[in-house]
Amino acid sequence: MADILDEGGRGLLLGNEAIVRGLIESGVRFASTYPGTPSSEIGNILEAISEKAGMYFEFSSNEKVALEVAAAAASSGLRSFTFMKHVGLNVAADPLMTLAYSGITGGMLVLSADDPSAHSSQNEQDNRYYSTLSLLPMMEPSTPAEAKDMIAEAYEASEKLALPLIYRTTTRVNHARSIVDFKDIRRDTPSKGHFYKDDKKFVNVPAFAKINRVRLLELNKAAQGLSENSPSNFVVGEGDVGIITSGVSYTYVKEFVSGASILKLGFTNPLPENKIASFVRGKKCVIVAEELDPFLEDQVLRICAQNSISVPVYGKRSGHLPREWEYSPDTMRRLAGLVDVADMPEPLPASNVRLPSRPPTLCAGCPHRGMYAAVKKAVGGRDVIYCSDIGCYTLGVQPPFNEADFIICMGGGAGAAGGFDKSTDQRPIAFIGDSTFFHSGIAPLTSALFNKHRIVMVILDNRTTAMTGHQPNPGTGRHHGNIDTSPIDIESVVKGLGIGFIRTIDPYDVKSAEAVTREALEYDGVAVVISKCPCPLELKKNKLLEPRLCAVDQDKCIKCHTCLKRIACPALVKDGKSVRIDPTQCIGCGMCANVCPVHAIGVAS
Amino acid sequence: MKYTVQIVGVGGQGVLLASMVLGKAAMEAGHKVAMSEVHGMAQRGGSVLSTLRFGDDVISPLESVGGADMILGFEPVETCRNIALGNKDTAIIVNLDPLLPSAVAAGFEEYPPVQDIVDSIRSVSDNLMTIDATKIAVEAGRAVAANAAMIGAVTAAQGFPLPGGLLKKTLLDTVPEKFKELNSRAFDMGAERCRRA
Repeated sequence: MADILDEGGRGLLLGNEAIVRGLIESGVRFASTYPGTPSSEIGNILEAISEKAGMYFEFSSNEKVALEVAAAAASSGLRSFTFMKHVGLNVAADPLMTLAYSGITGGMLVLSADDPSAHSSQNEQDNRYYSTLSLLPMMEPSTPAEAKDMIAEAYEASEKLALPLIYRTTTRVNHARSIVDFKDIRRDTPSKGHFYKDDKKFVNVPAFAKINRVRLLELNKAAQGLSENSPSNFVVGEGDVGIITSGVSYTYVKEFVSGASILKLGFTNPLPENKIASFVRGKKCVIVAEELDPFLEDQVLRICAQNSISVPVYGKRSGHLPREWEYSPDTMRRLAGLVDVADMPEPLPASNVRLPSRPPTLCAGCPHRGMYAAVKKAVGGRDVIYCSDIGCYTLGVQPPFNEADFIICMGGGAGAAGGFDKSTDQRPIAFIGDSTFFHSGIAPLTSALFNKHRIVMVILDNRTTAMTGHQPNPGTGRHHGNIDTSPIDIESVVKGLGIGFIRTIDPYDVKSAEAVTREALEYDGVAVVISKCPCPLELKKNKLLEPRLCAVDQDKCIKCHTCLKRIACPALVKDGKSVRIDPTQCIGCGMCANVCPVHAIGVAS
Repeated sequence: MKYTVQIVGVGGQGVLLASMVLGKAAMEAGHKVAMSEVHGMAQRGGSVLSTLRFGDDVISPLESVGGADMILGFEPVETCRNIALGNKDTAIIVNLDPLLPSAVAAGFEEYPPVQDIVDSIRSVSDNLMTIDATKIAVEAGRAVAANAAMIGAVTAAQGFPLPGGLLKKTLLDTVPEKFKELNSRAFDMGAERCRRA
């Protein structure tokens, strides 16, 4: 097994590892991101190796900034790479749309990691439409091996067109593994660029923007030429039924369908229209197999119409294939009758044993538990709206907390809170994580102050970007790639805005947190409570967690189960009427001890 | 030849490590390999599933429901929950040591008797092997080696196409030096107990 920086060899690589290897082989010198599943591991790896690979890498404060820094690098002649999850590209869409008008002078890929089936996301939007919206070229790999190999072609295309290229992956590419052969590492790409001023190109005032729009449309035609000749668009197999497919769907078609001719598309915007026209001509029927929306299918129908080709096209529009959720080999069964589908064994029947649910949950000793317990008690019978946000703390939607009533996007809870204040008599409470605060929490907070929204913002500062795998954020400072910066203090930021009510609390002291929240709820204006306590999972990872353990004194315990009802920590185990502590999970944070009405729980180091 | 292993368990149990060891061994044996893993939100104590496929012209990272040649279950309830991944010929290995979901620990839901789960699987499959992987690991030295015992158990399954020696070597190449002996013992004990049963 080769190391990711080795000259050659092969490895069994996660899609995201393969993508990093692809960047190294293509001599990419600049990379940026805001973490988001399923693209997060790319950042964790680059954090560790970018310097050795001769690449500048940063976690930007959000995806918009990530795209902008990478745009500047590519406008200075470097090969740059920015990557984010699908909804992250919504945040970065503003610079993307006009960057297409400017173009670049180096090479640039914008990776969008889509998440069909919303494994770790709030929606399953199909970001391929960003390519037609922005008129930017797009490529889509099907496997980890291809995700690495296509990067070379993608940079060549980007440089030829002087345009950023959208590199679109999905969860089953990012989080799949396959055998990847390492190729030579390019070392001839510049690591320092120079920005040559050109206002007609880089300054899109209306007069120049109008002209650049025309230029972009011409480049789009040139991009179609590249697509027509791309080795990533190829035909395999023979048959009078044609299947057009892209992304991971290709792997299901390839393995579980036979007797058809497959047009596998890797360069998917602009489409190779001539290649598609000649592929479909004379076919008995054509099937378009793609996840999510009929992006290819609608264009295939249009290409058929424009070329006066009369052939039945089956897919989502015909009702054969679903428009929701990710595909799998089982999806191919829907094509039986049109084409030969592999025999699939009869599954065992589901068991009738009643099984307990096992959703993801806040960890044992997670400080969010303490803050949620405190807020719930402080709120009491008040009619509040819990406006929550994106992170581990989203799991506060679960019982016993039930403290998420409205979640739409990063920073969205804080914005919505102000709207609820002005449009209802209910009291909005906005929960937001530390990383999310820097991502998009400051703008709604200033707006709340500006417009006199009466809201409580609870900043759940666990000193890391936890959910995506513990990346640093502005609140933690940066310590990688030979660059060290100090943490930006959230309390000072909030103070600087002129917020009148600011308290920082330790969520493990649930009672004090509750008292502070009560005060905040009474405050007439914008109140900010900062719940500051590091994520124990990260402390554990860094071997910084001090070994402590809680224990229940069974003689003192009155079996009231307050600890279970309020903290519901996985380390608390109900044993008949008694509660005991699971020492394999307990970290000795003492939240359960803090809420125990009879002081029956002790913490020992 | 194509072979699919569905590895099921709970986040933090070592499902990813086990799938990586099996995958690397398949690669060493000259097979094509396609895998799919669960990362992100589900890892916070939730159910996890890892799919490993290897053999001729394997490219799809997912298998059809019912298409597994082997289900490697790190936890009884999770194995039972995912039983439809297999068919009547699927080799099923289940670790009998339960890991209580938090709703069970807190007394809101009940964990069924493990014997009920075993009986339920036996009622539809003649190919179930049970293993006390956690107990074996404790006997071998430490509970963390439970996944080594599980990987050892794989070698006892009829028709498993990778040689046991290769699995063991791959496992030992993957774990840190100071845990090699522990993992080696747990692997052997897992293999032996399953072979005897």
